[in-house]
Amino acid sequence: MIKILLLTLLTTALVNNVVLSQFLGLCPFLGVSKNVKTAAGMGGAVIFVITVASALTSVLYNGVLVPLDLIYMETIVFILVIAALVQLVEMALKKLSHGLYAALGVYLPLITTNCAVLGVALTNVQNGNDFITSVVAGFGTAGGFAIAIIILAGIREKMAGNNVPHAFSGMPITLITAGLMAIAFYGFSGLSI
Amino acid sequence: MIKKALERLWNGIFKENPIFVLMLGMCATLAVTTNAINGLGMGLSTMAVLIMSNLMISLLRKIIPDGVRMPAYIVIIASFVTIVQLLIKAYIPSLDKSLGIFIPLIVVNCIILGRAESYASKNNVFLSLFDGIGMGLGFTLALTILGLVRELFGSGLAFGIPVMPDFYEPIGILVMAPGAFFVLAILAALQNKFKAPSASNVERKSDLACGGNCDGCAGMTCALNHRQVAEQTAEKARQLAEERARIAAEKKAAKEQEGGEQG
Repeated sequence: MIKILLLTLLTTALVNNVVLSQFLGLCPFLGVSKNVKTAAGMGGAVIFVITVASALTSVLYNGVLVPLDLIYMETIVFILVIAALVQLVEMALKKLSHGLYAALGVYLPLITTNCAVLGVALTNVQNGNDFITSVVAGFGTAGGFAIAIIILAGIREKMAGNNVPHAFSGMPITLITAGLMAIAFYGFSGLSI
Repeated sequence: MIKKALERLWNGIFKENPIFVLMLGMCATLAVTTNAINGLGMGLSTMAVLIMSNLMISLLRKIIPDGVRMPAYIVIIASFVTIVQLLIKAYIPSLDKSLGIFIPLIVVNCIILGRAESYASKNNVFLSLFDGIGMGLGFTLALTILGLVRELFGSGLAFGIPVMPDFYEPIGILVMAPGAFFVLAILAALQNKFKAPSASNVERKSDLACGGNCDGCAGMTCALNHRQVAEQTAEKARQLAEERARIAAEKKAAKEQEGGEQG
């Protein structure tokens, strides 16, 4: 059991990296990666929200939608649950922990339309994951997002002083960097698990 | 009226093309454009949802209360996405297989919520319908072109038919995940070079988490983000004002004391 969970963690975080091979959550990946500090903040917020969201959607799917034969409602239910969850997390953080709210607060609204959250929930359902596997897969996926965005932010910080050809400055060079990272992460698919 | 409707079509396809100019909905764009057919299928599915949601939101724009408009829009969009998803599953199973999870993910495509918030909720049904058609056509066209370029150079095919001469050696990486980033990078670089209007070649400096790149997160996220930054600024200003008031009061007290001593 533990072995399967560890493998799920590894697969979701590195082999099927959410941004670099699944193309989910690209907007924050490209938009919030100017420096490592904000990238880490975004990564933290995403880990938190995706882990909670995958637990919640797994319970809802297996406990409510399947017994009531309402599987076709999954998209509507999931997106509403995620939107409500993000709002709740924001309110709870504001009341409970000022430090954490100051660190993550600005990123939370951005997460609602982050397709990675809904993507993880739908993938869990598609693969027929049980509760624990869903949570681990959610955590792994979000961890993969955090790894990717922090690496990209680190590279962009180093690159800030470089002399990039004018046409490639800004967005294009960031995309090229992301592409090279994607090639590097492609190597993980050679892992024999 | 007809002129205005045609202007919406022109606007959606060329002037504010969702992909080439606004750079919206990048996740789906990069993921499904491995070939032209997938791009076309994804574009048409998104267009169907966009037209119907624009129509419905415009019809209901005076009924939906302002406070709950975002959840209401999301429910409307999600319902249409479910309908489209079930139809594709029933009638075009091959497309369902190749697009997979990206069909339900049309819900979080920024274009749809963005158009709902910025156009359909403010304009009449007729114009909103044409706005949906225009934006949808622009999206479909862009996805098909990107898919065609990747398919042509990546595997030497066009819409599944071999067209490249025999001596052409396909660049395999273009149809794999990294290739998506490279194709988009080259596109953005060309737009930079020729100073074409595009969201990717505008310098932004702002306090927002997304660096002020609101084109990437149109609608709700952007509004919420703005509100939060405004709240934080107001909080800081309030603290500063309190501090100043305190210092002023202290100075005043000190002066009065001085005055009293002199007196």
